[in-house]
Amino acid sequence: MSPVPTAPAVPRPIRVLVAKAGLDGHDRGAKVVASALRDAGFEVIYTGLRQTPEMIAEAALQEDVDVVGLSIHSGAHMTLFPRVVALLRERGLGHVVVTGGGIIPPADAKALEAVGVGRLFGPGTPTRDLVEYLRSTVAERRAARAAGPVR
Amino acid sequence: MVDPLAQGVRDGEPRAIARAITLVEEGGPEGLALLAALAGVVGRAHRVGVTGPPGVGKSTLVAALARAWRTAGRRVGIVAVDPTSPFTGGALLGDRVRMGAHFGDPGVFIRSLASRGAQGGVSLATHDVADVLDAGGFDPVVVETVGVGQGEVAIAGVADTVVVVVAPGHGDGVQAMKGGVLEAADLVVVNQADRDGAEGLAAELRAAIELRETGVRPPVLLATATKGTGVEALRDAIDGHRRGLEAPPGDGALRGTGGGADLVGRRASRAEARIRDAVDRARSAAFWSGRAAALAGWVELVVGGRATVAEAASRLVEDPPPAPPRRPPEPRP
Ligand SMILES: Nc1nc2c(ncn2[C@@H]2O[C@H](COP(=O)(O)OP(=O)(O)OP(=O)(O)O)[C@@H](O)[C@H]2O)c(=O)[nH]1
Ligand SMILES: [Mg+2]
Repeated sequence: MSPVPTAPAVPRPIRVLVAKAGLDGHDRGAKVVASALRDAGFEVIYTGLRQTPEMIAEAALQEDVDVVGLSIHSGAHMTLFPRVVALLRERGLGHVVVTGGGIIPPADAKALEAVGVGRLFGPGTPTRDLVEYLRSTVAERRAARAAGPVR
Repeated sequence: MVDPLAQGVRDGEPRAIARAITLVEEGGPEGLALLAALAGVVGRAHRVGVTGPPGVGKSTLVAALARAWRTAGRRVGIVAVDPTSPFTGGALLGDRVRMGAHFGDPGVFIRSLASRGAQGGVSLATHDVADVLDAGGFDPVVVETVGVGQGEVAIAGVADTVVVVVAPGHGDGVQAMKGGVLEAADLVVVNQADRDGAEGLAAELRAAIELRETGVRPPVLLATATKGTGVEALRDAIDGHRRGLEAPPGDGALRGTGGGADLVGRRASRAEARIRDAVDRARSAAFWSGRAAALAGWVELVVGGRATVAEAASRLVEDPPPAPPRRPPEPRP
């Protein structure tokens, strides 16, 4: 006898935490990205302005997200991105894709990639590119996670 | 064998709880097994539902209440539901924006849920998600619904105590009385009490509630969530409501109508509704599998004016599956 599901089995939408890190005070860009990802069928958790890396990692843990998307315009990307990656790993969340946008020179993006940050998207990148990148990367990571010993 | 994930939830381990919620929300076999493993430790938490129209300050109020409960040493679980877009299946979950002060406090666990197509302000899995937080030792577990209008009161089925939040400028008192949202209330809060019209709205609601001939007369409280004013009194009223549900009848304690006179009665009717709901969905899924062609045939007839919806439905129910309409009914004159 198989139990009757209390909720219908649905394929889980990709869950993304969108946060605005750093002290600069507007979040128009982050909101535009959040809406675009919603329109692509993602579940977007929007956390608002002035998030510290600790707050972001803790929210990512509670929300069990696939992706953390950071909008950083304060020039602090070289410290904030690696810090978020490190805090996520500390919490056993190494599978979470860390991506984001802002004005980030290619050399910096390369250096960040080396410490585990995913692809970064400069201003003016079509959101379709971001959506496609996340769909394929999250599918890979979910498959790896399902196959691996740690859930 | 004890499921290590279930053990992690029982131990209050945040990562296990987060993962467990994902699995029960998905509704697959792993989630069902997990709920079975947790069944023995579910039911300790006070379930509080917070509902009301969009933008009245539900999330701000829930965050302020969480602070008040933290002061009293309680660990607070929050389930915040926002709507899924019916067009794309995506959702923008923004309740956390108002709850930033708690990020990083391990005594407050916030989970944002998308309604995923369900009506009435909560997703189908909301009960199960609240069960996981309950099993994880959070008490109270607060469910914030989607901003609801009239006649959407699914929250009454999720909570021991239902708090209906209204605010001046979000429709008048009469609108709030329509459709039964207020009937589901154990407590009514007029939030945004710093704004004009709050006192008047509270008076209007109290007058309407006084006129009720049957049922409970929920108290009407004032609060300003952004400043924390009135929030401790609200916390105490919510805690007091729960104590009233636990007290033996006849002691004059505050009581509500949410499906039963006491906690046991409320939880029994909640369990009954959940079982009925699960059976309905299982039967419905079983019924429609294999009937797609039959359905399409009847759709064509109904659209063409050659059969009524009632005829189509009764023939679908009577015909053995899978039976497309072999002999369409005679065209009506
Ligand atoms: N003046 C005033 N504004 C408030 C108060 N409480 C909340 N707000 C503001 O009302 C707006 C909506 O608050 P939320 O807490 O997001 O409202 P909500 O009911 O959760 O909204 P939805 O979840 O979208 O239905 C925000 O701008 C809050 O700052 C209050 O007591 N007074
Ligand atoms: Mg809200």
